[in-house]
Amino acid sequence: MLWSALDILTQANFWAATIRIATPLIFGVLGALLCERAGVLNLGIEGIFVAGAMSGWLAVYLGLPLWGGVLVAAATGALFGLLHGILTVPLGLSQHVTGIGVTLLATSVAYFGYRVAFPNVATPPRIEAFPPLDLPVLGDLPFIGPILAQQTAFTVLAFACVGALALILARTPLGLALRAVGDNPEAVEAQGLSVVGLRLGAVMAGSALMALGGAFLTLSAFNAFYFGMINGRGWVCIALTVFASWRPGKALLGALLFGALDAYQLRLQTITGGAVPSQIFLMLPYVFSIAALVLVARRADYPRALMKPYFKGQR
Amino acid sequence: MHPDPRPLVLSLAGITKRFGPLTANDHIDLDVRAGEIVALLGENGAGKTTLMSILFGHYVADEGVVHIAGADGQLAPLPGGSAEAALAAGIGMVHQHFALAENLTGFENIVLGTQSLWSLGLRRGAARAKLERLITESGLATDLDVPVARLSVGEQQRIEILKALYRDVRVLILDEPTAVLTPQEADSLAATVRTLARKGLAVIFISHKLHEVLALCERVVVLRGGAKVADQPTLGASRASLAELMVGRPIPARERPPANPGAPVLDLRGVSVGAPGQRDRLEGADLEVRAGEIVGIAGVSGNGQGALAQLVAGLASPRAGEALIAGVRASRADPAGRIAAGIGRIPEDRHRDGTIGALSVAENYVLETIAAPENQRAGLVRRSDIRRRAARAIADYDVRCPGPDAAVRALSGGNMQKVVLARVLERAPRLVLAHQPTRGLDIGATTDVHRRLIAARDRGAAVLLISEDLDELFALSDRIAVVHAGHLSAAMDTAGLDIRKVGLMMAGHAAEEAA
Repeated sequence: MLWSALDILTQANFWAATIRIATPLIFGVLGALLCERAGVLNLGIEGIFVAGAMSGWLAVYLGLPLWGGVLVAAATGALFGLLHGILTVPLGLSQHVTGIGVTLLATSVAYFGYRVAFPNVATPPRIEAFPPLDLPVLGDLPFIGPILAQQTAFTVLAFACVGALALILARTPLGLALRAVGDNPEAVEAQGLSVVGLRLGAVMAGSALMALGGAFLTLSAFNAFYFGMINGRGWVCIALTVFASWRPGKALLGALLFGALDAYQLRLQTITGGAVPSQIFLMLPYVFSIAALVLVARRADYPRALMKPYFKGQR
Repeated sequence: MHPDPRPLVLSLAGITKRFGPLTANDHIDLDVRAGEIVALLGENGAGKTTLMSILFGHYVADEGVVHIAGADGQLAPLPGGSAEAALAAGIGMVHQHFALAENLTGFENIVLGTQSLWSLGLRRGAARAKLERLITESGLATDLDVPVARLSVGEQQRIEILKALYRDVRVLILDEPTAVLTPQEADSLAATVRTLARKGLAVIFISHKLHEVLALCERVVVLRGGAKVADQPTLGASRASLAELMVGRPIPARERPPANPGAPVLDLRGVSVGAPGQRDRLEGADLEVRAGEIVGIAGVSGNGQGALAQLVAGLASPRAGEALIAGVRASRADPAGRIAAGIGRIPEDRHRDGTIGALSVAENYVLETIAAPENQRAGLVRRSDIRRRAARAIADYDVRCPGPDAAVRALSGGNMQKVVLARVLERAPRLVLAHQPTRGLDIGATTDVHRRLIAARDRGAAVLLISEDLDELFALSDRIAVVHAGHLSAAMDTAGLDIRKVGLMMAGHAAEEAA
């Protein structure tokens, strides 16, 4: 039994599943860390995932191409980001309360929209989802090939976003300004930049990324929209952001680790064959998240201005 | 008198700003010339901050205009209400609380906002070259490539000044720049400011420390109650004359009769507090404070005075050594026990640790003794009794507030501190722990705090005074010890003690080499 438990790690199938499970989390953590780097906690993430999943899928169902659906999802996310941003940045409302409100609103609007569009369906309608990658040379490699063959272009986008965000934060004037506004907005103001503009922009862009995480589920991992399909993925991203110390590279690592644990527990369930209740295994990734937070969060270097509203001219 | 040949760079005319019924700035005129160092003096609430905020675009003046010289030397009106316009016009300000992002390096802080946000990369080469030139010209050498959080306060200030110079400022405003510096750092800052002024920079120097103003500035402008009450050359002015202009009445000279110390009230032998890796900790400290004397602790904040204050207040327990505090062996953290033993605590941050803003003056007044029989009966607070006693304390300590039911949050810093003083001193404590008791207070309130601390000493209390202000320490203390990196020096008699020696010890030199 121990042997078969270890054997899982050698299966290409397991690694392919790891990446598939991790992809929406990668988008989510990147989005959350972008918002938080600018000083705004965005607990609207869970609802924005739902809205992105629903709107992207609906757009494709109504005839848009797949990438059009991706854009629609991102725009939907940005819109909810704008709402969260206006309430928390210029108006300075509580970021916790507003975020939970945005989650409730976005989830309800998405469910409502789905019910209005499909009043009487028993089985959810389906779309033609992103096809698996067909890579000329890489696809023929041993071990790596079969893993890649199960991924889609949407996953490639997630990995590209990791690199792009890391580069922007570390190397560009915009990245400097974003990091500064989450640490000391007065420093940004004193240099003649707009705190409100930077924070609003970061929350909108971050929310767009979150919505892409949702859209991945309906446009790539599955091909339909179900109620309850997000199932806490957004909240996991909030925890993974702390685990990642607000760094895109570590965000990728955290998402992959969580994905690997989830994929592993699914396979462990089949090995033990019901001797252990399946709920125990389902719990594992979350137990890991809590353990990791206990270890990491105590030493976490939070952005100093996180959750602190800034009003111009008030010191 | 000859007209000053230097060109005007900044001219404020008739600046007026009202907040409701309060006139914060009342028709203020101010001219500053290139290469001039002008001091701006005034008590808290005199209108300095408002005036500078108007200059820097945080507020818009109700009346009056600001003119600033352009690159061609011609004066042009400065549009109000825009920090960007002020920056572009060449006005730079170094705030008392630095406007630095601590997670960025000094270099990143300096170039922040100077390049288009939409450019794909940071242009480092040209920025580096310009900074190298500025550093050579000004002598502001500092490490630009580590996160600002790891730099000392003096180094952070150099970054702030470089930040302004990088923007080609013609007018540099320094707000209380020496409040947090050691005397040596302050000297080096003064030298830098002189160098910059010689190159044509106009400097507005805001400070409470009158001896610095007299040494550095050529002209002094005094605000009082929102109006300009003096604009005169520094030559011929004295500390007393300037203080009188600021306050509006003569300030009596501080008198400190010689101490008459009795038995030790605080006795530390080889006491260590805080984990070894911690910055603010004590390592094997020996200290004795006797009844009827004031012992001052000098040091740059974060070198161990926080740990010492926590130990005395009962918020921390000693890791090693023997601590006898007000006759009680202190082996564990026990704040209530310390209060019962007769320790009066004036905390460093009166907003966070000294008062509870939402509670009334009367409630704050009895905060530490709420369980005592005079304050409660059968578990119920004796409200009317407390209010009556609080009203008496308000009168005795001259707390300016609507009454004992006013929320402490609405009080000014000086009045808040008076509430803390009343609470602490009315109990006639055996040991007073005064941690930065006058931080942020103006001359009037500071004088009052000093007078009351000396009165407590003369009554027979032992006073432990922790301060970053060397003038305050030398004025009040009978003996002074210096703390650096967790190590506390032996206490030295203030009489005959050289302030430069204390400054060097604050920077980490041993007593022998500093002598």
